[in-house]
Amino acid sequence: MSTVFIVADFVGGKATKTNAELATAGARVGSVTAIVLAPVGGASALASTLKVGPISQIITVESDSFSHNGVAAVADALAQLVSTKSPAALLIASHAFGKEVAARVAVKTNSGIITDAVDVSADLTATQLVFGGSTTVHSKVSHGTPIITVRPNSVSADLAEATPSIEAIELVIAESAKKATVTSSKPPVQGDRPQLTEANIVVSGGRGTNGDFSPVEAFADSMGAAVGASRAATDAGWYPHTHQVGQTGKSVSPQLYVACGISGAIQHRAGMQTSKTIVVINKDPEAPLFEIADFGVIGDLFAVLPKATEGVKAYKS
Amino acid sequence: MKIAVCVKQVPDSWAEKKMVNGTLDRENVDAVLNDLDEYAVEEALRIVEEHGGNDEGGPNTVTVISMGPERATEAVRKALSMGANDAILITDSKLAGADALATSAVLAGVVEKEGFDLILCGTESTDARMSVVPAMLAERLGAAQLTFASSVTVDPSAGKVTISRVTELGVDEMYANFPCVVSVVEKINEPRYPSFKGIMAAKKKSIDVRDLAAVGVSVTSAWSIVADSAPRPPRAAGIKVTDDGSGGEKLATYLAEKKLI
Repeated sequence: MSTVFIVADFVGGKATKTNAELATAGARVGSVTAIVLAPVGGASALASTLKVGPISQIITVESDSFSHNGVAAVADALAQLVSTKSPAALLIASHAFGKEVAARVAVKTNSGIITDAVDVSADLTATQLVFGGSTTVHSKVSHGTPIITVRPNSVSADLAEATPSIEAIELVIAESAKKATVTSSKPPVQGDRPQLTEANIVVSGGRGTNGDFSPVEAFADSMGAAVGASRAATDAGWYPHTHQVGQTGKSVSPQLYVACGISGAIQHRAGMQTSKTIVVINKDPEAPLFEIADFGVIGDLFAVLPKATEGVKAYKS
Repeated sequence: MKIAVCVKQVPDSWAEKKMVNGTLDRENVDAVLNDLDEYAVEEALRIVEEHGGNDEGGPNTVTVISMGPERATEAVRKALSMGANDAILITDSKLAGADALATSAVLAGVVEKEGFDLILCGTESTDARMSVVPAMLAERLGAAQLTFASSVTVDPSAGKVTISRVTELGVDEMYANFPCVVSVVEKINEPRYPSFKGIMAAKKKSIDVRDLAAVGVSVTSAWSIVADSAPRPPRAAGIKVTDDGSGGEKLATYLAEKKLI
């Protein structure tokens, strides 16, 4: 039986839910091995947070280079494992770091690469939604080891308990992978809210907030949602750039997307129109985003959101 | 200091994009300089302006490198009108449908031949949106990778570059020595509009058009093959209510009915 490698994804020392999604996609192809790249002495703690998903085996590699030298060192280790173990495919979470790692592994192993897959089938055909989600594409890697990055939140995960065997492997990271040095790392400032690209629910604010995101955040918190922002809002400095949803920001595909005071330029749509359910709140009845809304409220977000927040809280209690 | 800025011509983001024969139809749409590459051009100009400028005969040059069809000269010209010194455009019919692996190989071929201290890129193109070319380029060049930079500080005498890297994993402070590949995020600066003087000057600047043989790189066909593609059905508009004081409540009820709460 063939083996599929997934690159285990951690934030703040804990496995993200993307791991089970990657494993679920990988298990359609073969037995799943999760690669845990850890600082020296940190592998078993990280590996122990991989609790769910069809993961048969864990391979751990320890090196302080992973955090000190970043993408190049991680790619070097993965390329060594791919070359020696010849997995049927390598699946990686499709965020900035994952895509860059995939890029370098593809070059190192002479392999084709597909990014931003929303699904992967048993024959390793990847489904992508391109051009802002307006077109579905099916494609396959035709050379080397298929390297596919999979968007978080796209594959519905098998959440059965994982009971993998663990193998520790020692590797020497090449000097050529140590050319960049990380001097400090700060985790993202996001409080208790879920990460934007992983969240099941995203509530976004735009120009209509006039810089006051408090009703947007209050509603997001009542729903357990991540907060996003339109480019107009981040360009105005109202919300951090890292929360921007759209063609030049993050692409999100949550169960529910609530757009507050966002008119819906094509660039914004490109980052959110694959969301399962779309809710739009806007004063302007002509706002283009209403065209793709499952539920639209024509009204002032400062009036609508507090009432909706109350309603959600009442429903939950 | 020799700086290269890699740019791409892309379909205008307002244009409707279509797939033809397994690749993006680039011929029948308006094409522009990739938005995100303008930040890289701007940053290159700011770096040289801080260290003696890029006037002819001075210590620094900014060279625009692009791969694309002949009409990509328009996008290259825009970067020149912002203030870059000169440009190299690699155009070859063998490159039609090239993937990121081929693109990075061609760019690396040019960079290796010319030799640069710093190679600047946008984080991604607005058409393919893979954001893999800067990392591939660094890998191929054996150069340091400093990507997703929200600030860049260059010390030319020490040959050292320091950046803040901003991604969903947080903010990293990083440094490396020349040569390095730096990609910049859009919040790093506000790209200048080409001045009239800049536009006139750009008309006289040389664009060195090369084919693959001149670069000395051979490329294979793409290593990812599109089996099929289809436009997704448009979303139908749903329920729309006008807020008369009960809009918020109606929204909460809708979410509850849909089991989204």
